[in-house]
Amino acid sequence: MGWQWFHQLGSPRWFYEKTSRWMPWIGAIALILLVVGAVWGLAYAPVDAKQGNSYRIIYIHVPAAFLALAGYYIMAIAGAVGIIWQMKLSYTVMRSAAPIGATLTFIALVTGAVWGKPTWGTWWVWDARITSMLILFFLYLGVMALQGAYQNQNTANKAGAILALVGTINIPIIYKSVDWWFTLHQPATLKLTGESSIDPSMAYPLLIMIAGFYGLYAWLLMHWTRMDILHSEQKTAWVKALVSSK
Amino acid sequence: MTFQFNSLIDFLNMAGHGPYVWASYAITTIALVTLVVYPLMQKKQIIAQIRRQQRISNPPE
Repeated sequence: MGWQWFHQLGSPRWFYEKTSRWMPWIGAIALILLVVGAVWGLAYAPVDAKQGNSYRIIYIHVPAAFLALAGYYIMAIAGAVGIIWQMKLSYTVMRSAAPIGATLTFIALVTGAVWGKPTWGTWWVWDARITSMLILFFLYLGVMALQGAYQNQNTANKAGAILALVGTINIPIIYKSVDWWFTLHQPATLKLTGESSIDPSMAYPLLIMIAGFYGLYAWLLMHWTRMDILHSEQKTAWVKALVSSK
Repeated sequence: MTFQFNSLIDFLNMAGHGPYVWASYAITTIALVTLVVYPLMQKKQIIAQIRRQQRISNPPE
């Protein structure tokens, strides 16, 4: 086996053409999962004994938070690959991951606040989990802001990648925050090892929603990366041919 | 699997939690749709720009 795939992966044109074929499938699967999961969670999952119907916010809150964290890894790894191998496409992925991650973190924070009001009696509290998620939001915004801060694209990419890598310190803190400083935010609902604290009848729609958010994330990352490729490759022959053939 | 509410009004109201639940789902939908639409608008602009460039470099007879 050669390293050809690795070089192909670095080619914006190869990425653009491959994703044209993948995206309809990924998009359709994600949409079906999200619709099924949301209807199941909103209408058919049993009501929570303690929190009543407000707990139904979990079906978007937890998946959004999951992907806000997973998306940060993707952004940081893409930045690292960009620095190490000088791969252009990798920086493009990093740049695209920032606004998507920021939006997902925003969703997690806002739905958390709305959920907090009927459950805790407050919209906001400086709890460790919530504060570390707010820091995550600012890290995403920071990577976005650095893109506009430099004249030289290469310098902007490197600066963004370094900020993304330094910010990974925050990720384990977010994961562990509910155990280390247990104040208001409830501990994890789903656990990879050991018993989850949720009944299967409530967990199935949650798992479907998480799968749906993963699919949506993959679709969005390709969607944003393609737009960025079109912009940065607009002087190349293949993009010109693509535009005039339409 | 059964529908957890007695009526549609009941479903919308969710025993008082309706506004919180529906607001969360609405905000999430708006935010996600923005993520889908924004690159589409950008793409349109980029394509228009490339077309303009092409007209300048080889003008029609």
